[in-house]
Amino acid sequence: MLAGLKALFSGTKQLRKIFRQMYVIGARSFFLIALIAAFTGMVLGLQGYYTLVKFGAEGMLGALIALSLIMELGPVLAAIMVAGRAGSAMAAEIGVMRISDQIDALTVMDIDPLGYLVSPRIAASLITFPLLTALFDVIGILGGYVSGVIMLGMNGGVYFYRIDTSVVWHDVSGGFIKSLVFALIVSSISCFQGYFAHMRRDGVGPVAVGNATTSAVVTSCILILVADYILTSFLL
Amino acid sequence: MTQGAWDIRLENLKLGYGDTVVLHDVAATLPGGKISVILGGSGGGKTTLLRHILGLSRPLAGKIYLGGHDIFALPDKEFRRLRRSMGVLFQDGALLGGLTLAENVGLSLYEHTNLRFDDIRGLVLHKLSLVGLEDFADYYPNQLSGGMRKRAGLARALATDPPLLLCDEPTSGLDPINAAQMDALLLAMREQYPDMTIVSVSHDLASLYNIADHVLVLNSGTVAFSGSLEELKNTDDPFLRRFLDRKADRVPAAAARNPELAPKVRAALDAWLSR
Ligand SMILES: Nc1ncnc2c1ncn2[C@@H]1O[C@H](COP(=O)(O)OP(=O)(O)OP(=O)(O)O)[C@@H](O)[C@H]1O
Ligand SMILES: [Mg+2]
Repeated sequence: MLAGLKALFSGTKQLRKIFRQMYVIGARSFFLIALIAAFTGMVLGLQGYYTLVKFGAEGMLGALIALSLIMELGPVLAAIMVAGRAGSAMAAEIGVMRISDQIDALTVMDIDPLGYLVSPRIAASLITFPLLTALFDVIGILGGYVSGVIMLGMNGGVYFYRIDTSVVWHDVSGGFIKSLVFALIVSSISCFQGYFAHMRRDGVGPVAVGNATTSAVVTSCILILVADYILTSFLL
Repeated sequence: MTQGAWDIRLENLKLGYGDTVVLHDVAATLPGGKISVILGGSGGGKTTLLRHILGLSRPLAGKIYLGGHDIFALPDKEFRRLRRSMGVLFQDGALLGGLTLAENVGLSLYEHTNLRFDDIRGLVLHKLSLVGLEDFADYYPNQLSGGMRKRAGLARALATDPPLLLCDEPTSGLDPINAAQMDALLLAMREQYPDMTIVSVSHDLASLYNIADHVLVLNSGTVAFSGSLEELKNTDDPFLRRFLDRKADRVPAAAARNPELAPKVRAALDAWLSR
């Protein structure tokens, strides 16, 4: 873990690996995140509108959606989606490398497997998670606009005015911190589940890789929610 | 670090995984600058022994000396330096699946220097041509046959002209021509680099007679023989003779006499076969 962190950003060859992983984690999760975010925002718009209308406060819809997305749903849902997509792939890929001696081959070539396999993935996650979260927030807010303004006929100016006046920097930085913590959780858990696939008690060979992949996603998701609770209680 | 050829000294080794002991009382010296062949039945612990010589696993007891250094007593940094001098062919090749053959062969040079792949491509192609794979430089391991992967693994092991070359079954799974080619390659390496110590695991007798200077035979969990090829040929140890003369130790007639299938199983099998 420490060795992995130490090697995080050293050298241009390392940068190249980080870019590759950013492509795998980030670029290839782009459409999934956009899709989930659009529907999340639209549902929030619908649900929020009918709740707020009871109190005659439908004008606050923009604020409700933006704050829920930026502080909670954006970081959490983006992280859970990426855990399912990229975290599982990390665990499986590294797990296969473990059981087919590829990690041992790296070791005997004196190439630190942590620096070669794990740290580029952690670094790339730390960069891409906040970006994907921001994407999630923006598309979610647009989704809310679609259902609140276009479909339910709210005033568009009010929608964005409320967002502008209610969201403060503290909310944005809170969401950013969360996405960084989730990035660390998903990437390190997934990598290490794969890395130690050969030490599992619940199976050997391909079964162990399968179990490592499952544990990577399940453990990541649970820890994301636990960490979210802890962070929220500190950040509020 | 060490001048001259390295020998490998195994001292009272006990090797295993957790509580299972695979090999015990292993004591032998594999001479430097020679080709040593480790022989033994399937599951006999050959790969296990290699893994320990590589320092990938720790022995349960005993010591391993490489060129006079107790590898498990060396500080980590020194040991990693020592390991840089080893070229290894793993039993299944262990090529990195995400890299092409050329990238695999050039990997340690690429990672440890500031050379780019273009700079080392010439060298890489030369190493691949040694194993007849220069036309497959840009293929990924999954696009090759098992034997081709094994040959590519040898090319990678040779990439840095290591003083110590360890090969786990270089010829198994190869056709006779390619197997002979691998043997010829190991012999050529010994010619070209008199200080190169080569250890090869095999259960191929033809290959043994071709290349071995020294032979280590593992049987029932320990060393059955360690000595020169000449000594092995002249041995009168009954087990070794059986091994060398390729005599089965169980009577084939008994093996061929299948126990009668239970009627239920017989009926089900017949029904399926005639369906
Ligand atoms: N990771 C492991 N954990 C537990 N036992 C193992 C492990 N690897 C190997 N073994 C056991 O150690 C014994 C020796 O295995 P090893 O792979 O060293 O045999 P081998 O001589 O290389 O056989 P082959 O010729 O088939 O490759 C076997 O009984 C095997 O079950
Ligand atoms: Mg083996």
